Amino acid sequence: MEDNVVLTARQISMTFPGVLALDRVDFTLRKGEIHALMGENGAGKSTLIKCLTGINDFVNGEIHVDGIEGPVHNHSTKDAQNVGISTVYQEVNLCPNLSVAENLFIGREPLTKFGTIDRKSYTAKAQKIMDDLGISVDVTKNLENYSLAIQQMVAIARAVDMDCKVLILDEPTSSLDDEEVEKLFNVMRILKNKGVGIVFVTHFLEQVYEVCDRITVLRNGCLVGEYPIVDLPRLKLVAAMMGKDFDDLKSIKSDENSKIFDELEISARGLGHSGTIKPFDLDIHKGEVIGVGGLLGSGRSEMARAIYGADKANSGTLKVKGKEVKINQPIDAMNLGMGMLPDDRKTEGIIADLSIRENIMLALQSKNGMFRLMSKSAQNELADKFIKLLSIKTPGRETLVKQLSGGNQQKVILARWLATNPDFLILDEPTRGIDIGTKTEIQKLVLQLASEGKSIMFISSEIAEMIRTCSRMIIMRDGEKVDELTGELTEERVMKSIAGGDKK
Amino acid sequence: MNIKKLNLNSHTLLLLITIVLFIILYGLGCILYSNKGFTHLQTFLNILITNAGLICITCGMTCVMLTAGIDISVGGLVAMDCMLIAVGLNKGIPAPLMVILVIVIGILFGLMQGFFVGYLNIQPFIVSMAGMFFTRGMTAVISTDQVSITEQSSPLYYAWANYKIKLPFGGYINNKGVYNAPYIRINVIIALIVLIAIFFMLRHTRFGRNLYAVGGNEQSAAMMGLNIKNVKLKAYTLSSFLCSIGGICFSLNTMSGSVQQALGLEMDAISSAVIGGTLLTGGVGNVIGSFFGVLINGTISSIVKTNGKLASSWPNILTAALLFLFIVIQSIFAAIRNKKMH
Amino acid sequence: MNTKNLFDKLKKSQLLLPVIAMLLVMAVNIIHDAFTGAGAFSFFTITLQNTTGNGTILYGRIIDILNRGSEAALLALGMTLVVSASAGTDISVGSVMSLCASFCCMLLAGYGVSSTNELAVPLILGVLAGMLMGCACGAFNGFLVARLNIQPMVATLILYSAARAIGLLLCNDLIVYVRNNSFGFFGSFLGPIPTPIIITAVCVALLSIILKKTALGLYIQSVGINSKASRIAGLNSKMIIHLAYIVCGLFAGIAGIVASSRITSADSNNIGLYLEMDAILAVALGGNSLGGGKFSLAGSIIGAYTIQAITTTLYALGVSTNQAPVFKAIIVIIIVAIQAPPVKAFIKKKSLSKSSKGVA
Repeated sequence: MEDNVVLTARQISMTFPGVLALDRVDFTLRKGEIHALMGENGAGKSTLIKCLTGINDFVNGEIHVDGIEGPVHNHSTKDAQNVGISTVYQEVNLCPNLSVAENLFIGREPLTKFGTIDRKSYTAKAQKIMDDLGISVDVTKNLENYSLAIQQMVAIARAVDMDCKVLILDEPTSSLDDEEVEKLFNVMRILKNKGVGIVFVTHFLEQVYEVCDRITVLRNGCLVGEYPIVDLPRLKLVAAMMGKDFDDLKSIKSDENSKIFDELEISARGLGHSGTIKPFDLDIHKGEVIGVGGLLGSGRSEMARAIYGADKANSGTLKVKGKEVKINQPIDAMNLGMGMLPDDRKTEGIIADLSIRENIMLALQSKNGMFRLMSKSAQNELADKFIKLLSIKTPGRETLVKQLSGGNQQKVILARWLATNPDFLILDEPTRGIDIGTKTEIQKLVLQLASEGKSIMFISSEIAEMIRTCSRMIIMRDGEKVDELTGELTEERVMKSIAGGDKK
Repeated sequence: MNIKKLNLNSHTLLLLITIVLFIILYGLGCILYSNKGFTHLQTFLNILITNAGLICITCGMTCVMLTAGIDISVGGLVAMDCMLIAVGLNKGIPAPLMVILVIVIGILFGLMQGFFVGYLNIQPFIVSMAGMFFTRGMTAVISTDQVSITEQSSPLYYAWANYKIKLPFGGYINNKGVYNAPYIRINVIIALIVLIAIFFMLRHTRFGRNLYAVGGNEQSAAMMGLNIKNVKLKAYTLSSFLCSIGGICFSLNTMSGSVQQALGLEMDAISSAVIGGTLLTGGVGNVIGSFFGVLINGTISSIVKTNGKLASSWPNILTAALLFLFIVIQSIFAAIRNKKMH
Repeated sequence: MNTKNLFDKLKKSQLLLPVIAMLLVMAVNIIHDAFTGAGAFSFFTITLQNTTGNGTILYGRIIDILNRGSEAALLALGMTLVVSASAGTDISVGSVMSLCASFCCMLLAGYGVSSTNELAVPLILGVLAGMLMGCACGAFNGFLVARLNIQPMVATLILYSAARAIGLLLCNDLIVYVRNNSFGFFGSFLGPIPTPIIITAVCVALLSIILKKTALGLYIQSVGINSKASRIAGLNSKMIIHLAYIVCGLFAGIAGIVASSRITSADSNNIGLYLEMDAILAVALGGNSLGGGKFSLAGSIIGAYTIQAITTTLYALGVSTNQAPVFKAIIVIIIVAIQAPPVKAFIKKKSLSKSSKGVA
């Protein structure tokens, strides 16, 4: 093994049923470096991490860890910890009801000669560990008394104290404020100087350029490349992450760029939800497809959720068709003619144990009210109509939705909203994780709906697809609406806007 | 002194509320019924004597509840133990042997429940409900009669039950001019030993801390390398073991076995633990709180009994009202903490 | 071919478990009856008998099971909805039954009266008040579960320990006897048929119609499976959970009135004792997951009567009332154990290795 290298992964491949999640990916981590692992949703970041930490069983390839003979194959997080690979997640995996010191030492507390735990000794040890990392906490206090940032640092301290050589930080900064992020970076730098190799997964570009030495970019399960930070400026990084490869879809958009929209459908002024999205202004016209771009976590979903009432907006006003409205929960939005296909299909989309028919009818039924149950024949007709219209591949309408493939599940949820005949439809990542044929179908459908006079908000990680379908784009960054692009939309323009200006 | 130094978080606050509540209730009893001897130390000691079994059982229940579980089989197990002891002693089996037998049965029973909860991952409520059915039924299988333990059946056991440990202080002279020294019985000593042992175990042993960890966040505890299944197995075994000891204390107090014995005892134990600040969601609580929970329950019964005119259902209603109060306070604390996190 | 299809369908069906259990119980009865010389099928025999009090009535073990199982079946109806919507059980139903019975009898007899032949208020008023009390208890439970986010079992623990005691208090610590034929009607006979059977049938029919004609069933299952997604699709998850508890309380009220009418009194300490366990067991036996989600009302009802059949059979076999729980416990554990994920995985692994061996 090369000098200074603590971890190498060679030609790692990983499949989930029917999907090649990782395709011969290489990854190298050196001592004392902070290495950013970047990529959009489905790029394979988390799959790669799970292969390293033993949660996923990779099918192909080899992992080598410094100081250990032969290839390493972890089967559990415990295995990984034993070879010196530790992970700290965004959700802290600690016990909030125990003290900081206990969290550092649980399961391996030093014992006194009577077999009881030696509280004094490990409290002192814990205090020293935290002091060394420059974090001022009282280690005898319960963890729940401290902020998430401190909790994360305790998790890091635990990992480091268990002799980890490789520390993986999986989106640790997502729920931290600026000051807390700075503290975390401080700890990361201390560890770096101690020679720990750190893998840093984040979707905040600013942070990558602040602490990282090197970047590895993944896309669609493949390695795009490994770059020293100086060789990869912001724009190039975004390009590498999003991919330039124009899929072989022909342009499906007609020349309607010049079309003039004058009838306002949605008009938001200062709408916001504290903690997730800063107040924004937005106008959407009738018959318009508006794209929302930005990286994951930039506030693109949160903007949609605030309009729809999935997260009740706590500032600003919203007008629908010119009338000021108050939306407390989704059903209010639905009664105003809205619909939303959420980005997380599993937790917020499908009702897994119900049939396709029931999943499709659900939104229309709840709009109609509990006491006006659709007749069985009307239900069947509705289900059959959409199974045919969206060509959902299924043995029949009574098949449970959990038995369908991802793409077909997505179509079922799309059908659920089309059935309510909405005037304004929010599509959050409607094409994620589905095959290219279905993607085109969905894009065509979006344009068709717009031509029927419906307004559509289209949120996607793929710029190409938004350029093809949208007439205008909103750009989000760090929970804020930062740009609005009209006129000729090009990939370069969009990417520049998403990346934001380079500092200095 | 700095208030922050006291580490006054919501949990210690709950414990404080419990203790203050006990003092208020007991004080109320003293003021209302001073003429009926409520102020005598013996009244308090009697609460301990009657509730010695419940103290042991609540200690076990607290351990199980710390892992976010529950054990509603305890009432049945106590009934079975009492019946077993009563029948066994009447058949002439020596008292020490019966005590050992009851404890062994308790441990085996606990191992079964722990296996189903820990290793088969079945909801604790369902498992211990089956346990309750089983033990209640077995009580009837052993005997459906009301069996009492007399001096003839086992002089030794009878002596244990009637042994008074006199305290050198706090006595009073009754209206006939005789000095009455306050006393406790053996079961109180057993209960206090259990209480101290479990308090120590929860604070100072790995197993004790693991109980907290499992209840605090089971997934995290597993990620940190704890053997969750094993911890749960041990927790339920401990609960049934302590319940058997509690059963013996109970038996020493009632000196009989019957199918109807200890009905609803599981709810007394659960409500005592909850009133004592143990969260049903797991991870928070300690036996000192539970001890005061038992004392509150005992004081309420004692007040109602001393009054003599109040309906017998009042203790249940008051306990339930306290339970309601504490559950709502806990849920409010939880909501505040969630809000603070976001 | 056709029978194989039917078998496959049954194998997948939720109703497999309760049907098998029911068949087993019947088999035990047939064998027992055959050996004791009572005639192999005496279990199924239904005859008309003349009695002095009630005129001509239906008589037979099946009738007895249907009659005695009424309360458990009624509770199982409500429990099914609660389990489905909130993934938790309402352990207060037995206590609530007792409270509703006490409240009803107290109104009918007048406060403080321990025994009466005359009704103090019209019968209908007492019965409605009993049912309303059930709804109120359900609303209280539902409030704690749906609005305050308290675990169902914990929330219902409060009424579990209080409701029975409140009932006793309402009755002034007495067993109130309402020795009036019009009140006794709910526990006796309508023509030749026991009234509890008819009441249960009506309740089952009403609930089935409501579930068929409104979207309530869909809503409850949807919320139980994925409450987040249901909210996005426009359902008011909290309201639906709250409603499930109110309905559950209502059925507990009805069951309480039936139970007290049988004995024309409000015996607070014994009405509905351990019946919450039977109701939960009925739901589980009916093939419904206690983790919430999809439910089958038919399964729960068959489950409830199966439990009663087991109890009745045990009595017929000479097991005493107090000993019967031992067998119930064993049955509960077997049922939940075969549904437990680790056991399922184990069986699947076994059958997989078996089939792969067969191929090789």
